[in-house]
Parts: sequence; structure tokens; C-alpha cells
Amino acid sequence: MINKDIVIIGGGPAGLSAAIGAYESGNKSIVILERDNLLGGILNQCIHTGFGLHTFKEELTGPEYCERYVEKVKNLGIESKLETMVIDISTDLIVSAINEIDGLIQIQAKAVILTMGCRERPRGALNIPGYRPAGIFSAGTAQRFVNIEGYMPGKTVVILGSGDIGLIMARRMTLEGANVKMVVEIMPYSGGLKRNIVQCLDDFSIPLKLSHTVTKIHGSTRVTGVTIAKVDDMKNPIKGSEEFVECDTLLLSVGLIPENELSRKVGVIMNPKTQGPVVSESLETSIQGIFAAGNVLHVHDLVDHVSSEAYLAGKNAVKYIQGLLDNQNKIDIQCGNGVRYTVPSTLNYKNVEDLTQVRFRTSDVYKDAYVSVYLDKERIIHSKKRILTPGEMEQVTILKKWLLERPNLKIITVIIEKE
Amino acid sequence: MYDVVIIGAGVIGASVARALSKYHLKVLVIEKHSDVCEGTSKANSGIVHSGYDAKPGTIKAKFNLIGNHMMSDFCQKYRVPFRRNGSLVLAFSEEDIPKLEALKIQGMSNGVAGLEVLTKQQVLAMEPNLNDSIVAALYAPTGGIVDPFELTIAQAEVANMNGVEFKFNAFVTNIAKQSDYFIISTNNETIESKTVINCTGVFSDDFNNMVSENKLSITPRKGEYCLFDKEVGHFVDKTIFQLPTVYGKGVLVTPTAENNLLMGPTAYDIYDKYDNSTTAEGIKEVLSKAAQSVKYIPSSYIITAFSGLRATEASGDFVIGETIDVPGFYNAVGIESPGLTAAPAIGDYLSNLVAIKLKANLKSSFVDGRDEIIRFEPLSVSDKAKLIESNHEYGKIICRCEMVTLAEIKDAIHRPLGANSIDGVKRRTRAGAGRCQGGFCGPRVLEILSKELNKDPRDIAKFDQQAILLVGFDKDTL
Ligand SMILES: Cc1cc2nc3c(=O)[nH]c(=O)nc-3n(C[C@H](O)[C@H](O)[C@H](O)COP(=O)(O)OP(=O)(O)OC[C@H]3O[C@@H](n4cnc5c(N)ncnc54)[C@H](O)[C@@H]3O)c2cc1C
Ligand SMILES: Cc1cc2nc3c(=O)[nH]c(=O)nc-3n(C[C@H](O)[C@H](O)[C@H](O)COP(=O)(O)OP(=O)(O)OC[C@H]3O[C@@H](n4cnc5c(N)ncnc54)[C@H](O)[C@@H]3O)c2cc1C
Repeated sequence: MINKDIVIIGGGPAGLSAAIGAYESGNKSIVILERDNLLGGILNQCIHTGFGLHTFKEELTGPEYCERYVEKVKNLGIESKLETMVIDISTDLIVSAINEIDGLIQIQAKAVILTMGCRERPRGALNIPGYRPAGIFSAGTAQRFVNIEGYMPGKTVVILGSGDIGLIMARRMTLEGANVKMVVEIMPYSGGLKRNIVQCLDDFSIPLKLSHTVTKIHGSTRVTGVTIAKVDDMKNPIKGSEEFVECDTLLLSVGLIPENELSRKVGVIMNPKTQGPVVSESLETSIQGIFAAGNVLHVHDLVDHVSSEAYLAGKNAVKYIQGLLDNQNKIDIQCGNGVRYTVPSTLNYKNVEDLTQVRFRTSDVYKDAYVSVYLDKERIIHSKKRILTPGEMEQVTILKKWLLERPNLKIITVIIEKE
Repeated sequence: MYDVVIIGAGVIGASVARALSKYHLKVLVIEKHSDVCEGTSKANSGIVHSGYDAKPGTIKAKFNLIGNHMMSDFCQKYRVPFRRNGSLVLAFSEEDIPKLEALKIQGMSNGVAGLEVLTKQQVLAMEPNLNDSIVAALYAPTGGIVDPFELTIAQAEVANMNGVEFKFNAFVTNIAKQSDYFIISTNNETIESKTVINCTGVFSDDFNNMVSENKLSITPRKGEYCLFDKEVGHFVDKTIFQLPTVYGKGVLVTPTAENNLLMGPTAYDIYDKYDNSTTAEGIKEVLSKAAQSVKYIPSSYIITAFSGLRATEASGDFVIGETIDVPGFYNAVGIESPGLTAAPAIGDYLSNLVAIKLKANLKSSFVDGRDEIIRFEPLSVSDKAKLIESNHEYGKIICRCEMVTLAEIKDAIHRPLGANSIDGVKRRTRAGAGRCQGGFCGPRVLEILSKELNKDPRDIAKFDQQAILLVGFDKDTL
């Protein structure tokens, strides 16, 4: 058995930043366990630019962004173990991992930070009828083939789902010589960032078909086409609106699922909305000493937020080891109308320095609406937004002093209001 | 000249091949796909039926019962995942209780042991996730669940290790009867054999009709399913059937032998023997009918949908044995459900007939069993450590959803009749069978296949040769 104060599971942007956060808070007994053969997580295959605008005020590619963190981790001398897969965490924080060289590794930790990222949802999650031929790929799989292996998974492409990965792959496949016929989105709005719609679709004249879906996949060995149809308000295909689109490839960009097998196995309480752990303001899960950050916690659109969130998790893990995290004074954060979830779900002012960021997603598109925060019945934030969409993560800042001024506060509510 | 040519490498063809491999005979299996288990045997409920369903006196009833009895020892010997989880047939109204009683009596006359009609309370105590609206159920403790892929693959491996040859990607186009042998034409050669065994599933009527005057007729009956994540694999423990109602035949809800949750199938006659597509209506029907049996449908855990074709013969029964007018030509026609259950018994029966006919002797060298692929995932932490010590490639996880290691995938590729496609690896190891459905491991499995088989990555297919995944290099077409 090896002893380490902080074990970080996953060496993507979240894991790297958590390690730096912990180190800079004074604890140097850290190890990052990563199952891939390099650090950086999913960013290694995101060779487009657009990373780090917030943090570095520069447009970096994914690999460039994570390189900055990898360099820093290396310069600080933080240990990482590659090609090492964590297979179990026990409630008393023994982390079991395997790799080809050491076989089984068991580490007794004082704190564990979960930064395992997420994976893509498969076709089955959508129940698209038809055949099950070759030529149906998740967008991330196609991205790996094209960007890392150098192979084209198809020539004529339809993309289902307008999440960021789908949008980015529309551009990438076009640049690599494929004919991307359209991006089909069942919702009346795109799930991706506005800037990606402009830069990845509009600039290449790729049509975005909103309120449409794929209703059938054709071809028994390789995809020969798909049927698309318009959907009604209940998302049911409208009879008569079907249209056959010839293609040899269907890319799916239909959402990500946080990768929480390990979290579930150890018994961390999960939020069914995010499919990630329920966490406090300190990003601590329901099990003391286990923290979570990044895409494993909730799916982020911007890696800058992943990095800042994870930095905080690292810092708090150190505080926890020092016995400085209070767990008495929890106030629940409630999702009001129009708010799908918040992270964190509870707030303890004792663990907050000056302020806390509460991140959330709306459950629908709202135009000219207000994001409001209530402390019990008192409205403390009321800020007008031109547009709110589920595709873009929002945040509100809650000041510690507000909480200190209201010792009897019972509940905090984040809500979308028309006026 | 072969002694025996078996056409079709589904569970029936594999069972016959396994049983024949005990004899001193020259046996060949011809299969049009690139792997075994690419037909109906890969798309069914995987239930080892207890046998109350078949009409007494039918061939189905007979082989169902023998098959069910054999299954525990058989699966132990050939290392096939099998569990006798028991089954329940639900009744939804008081008037239906006599139907349960009738089913019980039918089952008893077929020889099914342990049948019992249970009250609602007893049933709900067994299965807390069942719908409150049920009134009673027939309990059949001998029902079970088996992995249909492994049941087929294991037997094919045993056959192959004992000398049976297999030809894949070989499409049989004609069978011509000569005086005392047959000429079998495929897409690229002709093959001679003293006997032929027709195990071609939904196509088996066509082959019978090619040589025999006793015409048979199969109408494919499609069954569609939804498969759920292991996360809800323990939603029910037993296989939950429904009594047929005025709305038609019910659907089942069951764990699979690999602990996924499965719901289905529908039952619609179709005319295209190649149509294994799923339909929006079919999937809707599965879920709405299943909702009668259970408290709720965990829809967000659906990972895939699929469909299979039942080989429903006009007589409604299995047609098994030598054709009267064409000696040496043996049929396994109309092998719809409970064909999987019956397969090992059908294999034994047919091989026995053929061995008598050809006066074949048993081989002393016959190896009756096989080593399965060692599964890493279910082992204890300390056994995992030992395994990695013995072979470090068990320390490299390729499929993270099902925790399948490099060592397992290499074993799947290099064992007898090894995997040569992405789907072949999946059926043998479960890499890609989990919640991301190969999204993550697909490119890695492709790379391993290409390396181990010494093939260009662009020639690696999802299944048959035509189902290729990569169409070229980046910028090829610019
Ligand atoms: C295709 C795509 C395009 C994007 N585009 C942009 C963009 O333009 N701009 C932007 O700012 N953001 C973008 N993002 C978002 C951003 O990249 C992600 O939010 C960020 O990478 C998430 O970081 P993470 O560390 O949480 O997860 P990941 O990067 O997924 O890292 C998780 C790591 O954990 C490892 N791991 C998991 N389980 C285990 C285990 N059991 N044992 C050991 N290791 C394990 C994994 O191998 C992985 O390396 C994009 C994301 C994707 C997927
Ligand atoms: C929806 C459904 C549910 C079922 N559920 C159950 C169940 O729960 N329990 C149970 O016991 N049974 C069940 N069954 C029945 C069981 O699946 C079948 O009886 C069994 O799989 C039939 O096996 P087979 O080998 O006859 O057919 P197949 O598996 O279809 O094999 C036939 C083989 O012949 C090959 N072939 C055909 N034509 C040619 C040619 N011209 N040249 C070369 N090769 C050829 C095909 O490629 C194929 O591989 C179910 C069936 C269906 C459809």
C-alpha cells in the first residue's frame, strides 16, 4: 500500500488543474492517475482553436491549452502515472488502479478528487429506428479517427445533434474533404455555442435543420442514407415531412454522459439531472474527502470553467485534510422555474472566502428574461439577459457577506423570471 | 468429398457441428457471413424456456424439454454464461387466472417441473418492480437465461478444435442431388458431400425446396427489442412474460445472462428475409406493452435496439430430420423459439441420425470442452492482480464500459474461429457492448484487429467484409 495525501483520478484539464490547486495550497503529496498514454484528456483530440479565451485571453487549440497545464504540473514535480486505470475507490479512500507494469496499485489517500470526464451518448439513447450498419459514429469517435489516426470515416455525412462536438466535426470533416450535407437538431435551438454555429456551419454554408430529427437509418452493411423529418412541439415526427438524404455516414452528437461508474460504486449520491455527483460549495461529494470537478461533475462548454472549478476542488481537498472544512452550516440551493440544475447544490458560508459561483443551465430558451436569486423570500439578484439557452452554462455570484448578514437563511433559490 | 456439409453457422449449425465432431467424419460448415452467429442466433431473447408454452406432443415441446434439462451441465462444460433465474407469466385480470391454470396443466403434461400459480402478494415479494395492477402469475423455476452468442461460439469452437472445417463468406447458391452424394455450389466454388444438413434459419425452406418435393414455407416474423444499461440490470430478477391479451401477444422483461435489462419482442410477419431493421412503431410497442408489467420503464438507460427474424414454418412446428424423398439431406427448418433452448438437443439428435447413416465411429481423441476467454471484470481485486502478473496485457483496459482488457481481445482474435470484425470482438468479449456502444473503444479495437490480423485498417469491418468503417485517409478527396 502506498500513501498519498491527494489522489486525482483522471489527467484531463480538470485533473491537471486540481493538482495545481492542491499544490499551490501547500500540499505536495499528490498523484494523478490517468488511463491514457498522455495527459490532457479529451482536449488532445480537439485540434481546433477556441480554448482559453477567458483564462489566457488567447485563442489556443485544445492540445496547446492543456500543454500549458501539463508543463506546469511537470515543473512543479507533481507525480502522474499514465496508462493506469482506476478500478475501485473504497469508502475509506483506498484507490485501486491497474497498469501493465505494476499490476495492481493500491493507494491510501486522505482526499480523492474525481476528474474522470465524460463519454458520448450512443445511438440507442435516441432509439433511431432502421438498420445497424457500419457508418454510424459518435462525433467524438469520428474526431479521434480524423484528428489522431488520420483516417476518414466517411465521404457524405449527416450530423445529428448540434452540440459543440457535432458543430466542430461538421467543419473538420468538410476541411478534410467530406461533403457534410446538414446538421439536424430536434430542438428548436442549437445545443452548441453561438460562435461555433457561425464558424463551423455558416462559414461553410452547411444547413442547420432545427426541429428536425433522423427517423430512419438505411443500408444493411454500410449506411446508404437517412430519413429526416420535421418534429412537432412534442418532438414527434410530423407525417408527410419525411425526406430521404443520401449519405454514407451518420455522426451523432447527442450529448455527453459524465463517467461516474467509480463514483456510483463507492456510493456517492448522484444528481439525476447532471448524472454527476451532488456537491457542496467546496465541490465535496456526499462522501467526506471525495471531491469532483470538470465534466465528471457536469458537462461544461468551456474548458476555462473546468480549470477554475477544478483548481478550487484541489484547494478544498487540502483544506479538508487540514480539518478546515466545516460541514455543519449547509444551506440548500434550490432550482426554481426554468433552472435545470445548479452546481453546487448546497452552500456553507464558513467554507467560502468572499464569494461563490453557482453554475447552472436553463431548461429552455428564454428571451429577455431575468436570472434571479432569492435568499429565502428576498430577491437579491435580478439581472436581465437577452437570451438564455440550455446550450450555454450560466453562473451567478453569491457574496459571503450576504450570508453573514442573514444568519437565519434557510434556502437559496435560482430562478428564471419573465420580469 | 466431405461426409457432411452443414449449411449455416447459427446456433443450430454450431450445435450439429459440435455433436458431429465426436465422430470420425469429414465435416464442413458453410456460412455466408464472415463469422458465426450473424443470423437469428444473435438477435433473440436468450431465454431457456421451461417448456409450458409448447403444445403437448409437438416436436417443439420435446426438444424444448430435453434442451432445458441439458442446459446447466452443458453450459458448465462449454463455459457459456447461463443462469436458471426462473420465469413468471403475469395475469392482469381475475378472468385470466384460469388461463394460468391451463398453462400450468399444459406445462405439467409436457413434463415441466415445479410450476406454481402465485398470488399477487407472492409475486410482488419476489419482484418489487412489477406493476401493481397484476393479479397473479405462473412461476416456472426451471426457466433460465443464456448468452446466445457464447452458446453458438462455444460450440463452433469445440467443433473446430475437433477437426470440423468452417468456410466463411461463402454463400450457398445451389444444392444438386447426385446418385449418392450432393454438389453444393457457393459464390466461388463447388463442394461435394455425402450428406447435407440444412441449418439456414429463415432461409431453410428455400434449401429444402431446392431438393425435396415436400415443400415447406417460412414466413419471417420480426421481433424488436430494447436493451438497457447494466445499471438497471437488476430491475427484475426473473424473466417476466405476459399472458396474451386481446391486444395480442405480450412482451417480456428480463435480465440477460450478461446482466443487462431486455424488453421485447414484437411479432409481425414480414416478407423480406433480410429485413432486420427496427421501426419506430415496434420500439414504441415494446415499451408500452412492457409498461404493463413493470412499475416504470427506465427509458434513459436504453443503450440500443435490435430485431431478429423468427423462422416461422407454416405447420407451426419444428421440422427436424432426414427428408423422406431425398436420403442424405437433413433439415432443421422452422427453428423459431424455443430454438435456442433446443439447439444442443437438436444438434445431438441430428448428429446421431447422420452418424448411424454413415456408420461413423466415435473418435478417441475428441476433446469435450473448451477454455473460455478469461474475463477480467468480474474478478476480485487480488485475482485481477494475479492475472496481470501472469500476462501484463490484462493491465491494459480497452473497453472502459465493460472493462475489457487487451489480453481478452487478443485471445478473442487468435482463438479457434477467432474474431475478425468489430462485432466479432464484441460478441466474444463484450468490448463495445456497454453504455457507450463502442464510441470509445471502437477505434482502439479496430487498431488491434488491424495489427493482429496484419490488415490495413481500412479493411477492418464492423461485421461482413462490406461493412467497412474507414473510407480513406484525411484529405483523400480534396
Ligand atoms: C469535442 C469537444 C470539443 C470541445 N470544444 C471546446 C472549445 O472549443 N472550447 C472550450 O473551451 N472547451 C471545449 N470543450 C470542452 C472541454 O474540452 C471539456 O469540458 C474538458 O476537456 C473537460 O475536462 P475534464 O478534465 O473534466 O475531462 P476530460 O478531458 O474528459 O479528462 C478526463 C480524463 O480522465 C481520465 N479517466 C477517466 N476515468 C479514469 C479512470 N478510471 N482511471 C484513470 N483515468 C481516468 C480520462 O482518460 C481522461 O483523460 C470541448 C469538448 C469536447 C469533447
Ligand atoms: C425475436 C426472437 C426471439 C427469440 N427468443 C428465443 C428465446 O428466448 N429462447 C429460445 O430458445 N429461442 C428463441 N428464439 C429462437 C432462436 O433464436 C432461433 O431458434 C435460433 O437462433 C435459430 O438458429 P438457426 O441456427 O436455425 O438460425 P440462424 O441463427 O439464423 O442461422 C442460420 C445461418 O445460416 C446462414 N445461411 C443462410 N443462408 C445461407 C446461404 N445461402 N449460404 C450460407 N449460409 C447461409 C445464415 O447466415 C445464418 O448464419 C427467438 C427468435 C426470435 C427471432
